[in-house]
Amino acid sequence: MAASPTEKPSFRVIGTRPVRHDGFDKVTGRAKYGADYSFPGMLFGRVLRSPHAHANIKSINIEKALALPGVKAVVTSADLPEAPDKMVAAGEAPVNLNHLSSNVLAREKVLYDGHAVAAVAATSAHIAEEALRLIEVDYEVLPPAMTVEAAMKPGAPIVLPTLRNKEDGPDKQTNVANHMQFTRGDLAEGFTQADFIVEREFKTAMVHQGYIEPHNAVGIYGGDGHATIYCSTQGTFNVRALSATVLGMPEGNLKVVPAEIGGGFGGKLVIYLEPLSVLLSRKTGQPVKLTMSRAEVLRATGPTSGSTIRCKMGATKDGKLIAAEIWMAYEAGAFPGSPVGAGAMVIIAPYMIPNFKIDAYDVLVNRPKTAAYRAPGASNAALASETVIDELAEKCGIDPAEFRLINAVKEGSPQVVGPPFKRIGFVETVEAIKNSPHYKSKLEGPYRGRGMASGFWFNVGLQSSATVNIHSDGTVSVVIGSVDVGGQRAAQAMIAAEVLGADIKDVRPVVADTDSIGHTDVTGGSRTCFTTGWAVHDAAQDALRQLKERAAKLWEMKPEEVLFENGKFVPSRPSEKAKPMTLKEIAGRLGRTGGPVVGRATVNPRTVGPAFATTVVDVEVDPDTGKVQVLRATIAQDVGKAIHPAYVEGQMQGGTVQGIGWALNEEYFYDGKGVLRNTGLLDYRMPTCLDMPLIETEIVEVPTPGHPLGIRGVGEVSIVPPPAAVANAIAHAIGVRMTQLPMSPPRLLKAILEKRAANETQAAAAD
Amino acid sequence: MATVVIPSLLRKYTGGADRVTVSGRTIGQVIEELVSRYPEVRDHLLENGDVKPSVAVSIDGEMGTGGVLDRVGETSEIFFIPAIGGGC
Repeated sequence: MAASPTEKPSFRVIGTRPVRHDGFDKVTGRAKYGADYSFPGMLFGRVLRSPHAHANIKSINIEKALALPGVKAVVTSADLPEAPDKMVAAGEAPVNLNHLSSNVLAREKVLYDGHAVAAVAATSAHIAEEALRLIEVDYEVLPPAMTVEAAMKPGAPIVLPTLRNKEDGPDKQTNVANHMQFTRGDLAEGFTQADFIVEREFKTAMVHQGYIEPHNAVGIYGGDGHATIYCSTQGTFNVRALSATVLGMPEGNLKVVPAEIGGGFGGKLVIYLEPLSVLLSRKTGQPVKLTMSRAEVLRATGPTSGSTIRCKMGATKDGKLIAAEIWMAYEAGAFPGSPVGAGAMVIIAPYMIPNFKIDAYDVLVNRPKTAAYRAPGASNAALASETVIDELAEKCGIDPAEFRLINAVKEGSPQVVGPPFKRIGFVETVEAIKNSPHYKSKLEGPYRGRGMASGFWFNVGLQSSATVNIHSDGTVSVVIGSVDVGGQRAAQAMIAAEVLGADIKDVRPVVADTDSIGHTDVTGGSRTCFTTGWAVHDAAQDALRQLKERAAKLWEMKPEEVLFENGKFVPSRPSEKAKPMTLKEIAGRLGRTGGPVVGRATVNPRTVGPAFATTVVDVEVDPDTGKVQVLRATIAQDVGKAIHPAYVEGQMQGGTVQGIGWALNEEYFYDGKGVLRNTGLLDYRMPTCLDMPLIETEIVEVPTPGHPLGIRGVGEVSIVPPPAAVANAIAHAIGVRMTQLPMSPPRLLKAILEKRAANETQAAAAD
Repeated sequence: MATVVIPSLLRKYTGGADRVTVSGRTIGQVIEELVSRYPEVRDHLLENGDVKPSVAVSIDGEMGTGGVLDRVGETSEIFFIPAIGGGC
C-alpha cells in the first residue's frame, strides 16, 4: 500500500535500531574484502602508469619484462578488442565504450598522470613491480591543459583529437564535450526588478571520494570461456556489463561476486582493474589479483570535478529571488562526462525563481576521468548559489532561514528542468534547523560565525530484484543484488521482517552475485533503500500471499478468507479447522501444502523520492593562521521514512563531514607539468574524527508519494550544503567572502591579511 | 494531444517555440512526429532507434523507464532532460 502523504503508519520493526547482520564480522576482521581473496596458483598483477599528463605513445616494448623470471604475462591495449565509439546505458549513467576501454588501458595517447599503459601478472607482487620497470614506453610529451580556463581558450592543447560537439560542428577540434542550457522567463526583465544583485565567481578544486579501501579485483578465467571477478564495487551488474564489453566477451559468460566494500561514494561505480584481472587470467590460465596503492587511487581513479562557476542573482527588498544567471564549467577529466548537467539542474533547485538562465559546460582536461562523488556536481553548485543567497539575505536584512522559506519550492513548484515537484520536504528541513537547539543557541566570541546552506539531490530509481525464501523453521533469507553500503543488509532485512511479522534475528540478508539474483542496478544514486527496499517489500508480500494460500489449503478455505494480523495468519470467519498460525508454524507445513515458498519481485519505478537538506555550521577562525575549527554542525534532511534511523543518521553525518573536508582542506595539487604531487592521505588532507564535532542530525520524514514505505534516498544530499554553510560561517566570523575551495589556512590567511590591509588603508584615508 | 516542452538549446530548431503539441500514444510516436516537423532534433533525442542514453524522459512528472515504448496520455506533459547519475 502506497504511503499516504499525511498519515504516519506505525511499524513494529521499521524505525528501530537492531544490530546490523554484518556487524560482528566487520568489527572482528572476519568480513571478506576484495584484497582478502586468495586462490590456488593465484598470480599478482600490477599496472604501469603514465608519468606524463599528456603524451603520444610512440611504442611499447614488453620483451624485457616478459623475460623476467616469475612474470607470466604482460598486456597492453593491443590485447583488448576495439570498443565502438558509442554511448550505452550502463548502470545509472550513460558511458562511451571507446572512452571506457581507453581509460582501462591507454591506446594512442596517455591523457593524465597515472593513466594505465600496461599490466603485468607475476608469481609475486614484488616481481610484478620489478617487471613494470622493465617495460619500455617511448612517449612524445605534449603540453597539458589542466584547468577549464586553459582548456577552453583558443589554441588550447587538445585532449581528445576526435572529440566534437554539436555546437561547434564536425570540423572543429575542441575540449568542450557538451553545453547544456536551462532557461525560464525573461532574465533581463528579472534583473531590472531586483533591488539587490550579487555577482561572484567561484572556483572549486578537484577532490577525491576518499574511500578508505583501494580498488581491487581477482579475475579467474575458466577454460570454457567463462570468467569470475571478485571485487569491491558498488555495482556488480555494472562491472559485468562494462567489463564484458571491454573484453569483447558475452556478458552472460562473466560472473561478478561482490566483496565487502570499504567505501565507494560513487567512485566504485566504474571499472579499472576488473577487466585487467580477467585479461591477465585469460593469458596465464591462472587467477590474477590486482590491488591499487593509495597513490594509484588518487592518481588514476575518478575524483570529482573542479569547477569555475559565475553566479549572479537578484532579489527584491522583501526577499523574493527574482533572477539568476549562472555560467558553470566543470572538469570532465580525460574523457567527457563531468556532472555539470546535474550541477546545473540542482544549483537553484530549492528556490522558486521566475527568471533564470543557466549555461553548463563539460570540459576535458588532462586529469583523470572524473567519476561520481555523492550527489555529483551538486556541492560545487551549491557553494556558488547558497553563498550568493546568503549575501542577498544579508542585504535584505532577512534571517537566512526566513529568506529560504520565502523562496522555497513546494509540492507543485516547477523544477529547473520543468516537471513539477511532487510532495517534498524542503520547507520542513529549514524549519527543523530553525527549531533546532543548535540554531537557537547563541554563538559568542571573536572570530566565530554561523552559516547556513541548503541543498537538493534528485535521487534515482532504476532496477532492482529481490527474493524472499521462507525456510522450514520459519527463518527467512532475503536475497538482493545491492552491495551493502552503510547498512543496506539491515534495512532490507527489517523491511522483510516488518511485512512477514518475523523477528529481525530470524531474517538473514544475503548480497548475491550476478548469477544468483535478477538484474539489480548500482548501489548509488541514493536508490538502494528506495528501489531495492521496494523490491524486498514486494517480494515479502509475494511470499505472504503464497503463505496465505497454504493456510487456506490447511483450513479448507479460500485464500481471500485468510488474514494476516499482528504476525499471525488468522481466519476471517470462525472454523473448527482454522486455528491461527505463526510464520514458524506454517513454515513447518510447506512441504505438505505445495512445496517451498519463494517470494520474488522486480521493480523499475517511475516515481522517485528527491531529497533536500539544510545544514548549519558554527566555526571559529584563527586570524593568525587562517585555520578554521568547526565548533558545531547540524543537518536536517528529509529522508521520507527512516528504516534504520542509526544508519540514516550515519549517512547524514558522513556526508556532512565529507562536505566540510571539501570546504576546508581537500584538493588535488598538480605541478606545472601536470603531475599530481599529493598522492597520499598525509598531503591529501581529509578530516578525521579529531577534526570534527559530533554532527547533530534532525531526521525529517515527508513520505515519497507512491512508495510502499514512503522512503526517500538518503545517501547523497547531506554532502551538498556543507561547503556553502562553512563559507557563510567564515564570512560571518571574519567578514570575508571566500569564493575558492578549499578554504585552507593559507588561502584564508591571505584573505584576512588583505582585508586587514584594506581596512587600514581606508582608515588612513579617512584620517 | 500531448505537450512537449522543448529544451532551451533545441528551440532554435523549433522556430523558438518552447512548447509543442503532438499526437502519439508512445514516446516513440511523439518523437517521430517531432522529428517530422523539426528534423534537426533527431540526433539530440534518438540513438539506434531508442531514446538516447544521455536523455531522460519525464511524463507527467514521472520518469520514463521504457524509452520509446513509454505510454503517453491524451494530455500528457513531456520533458526531455539530461540523464543524471549519483554517487553514494
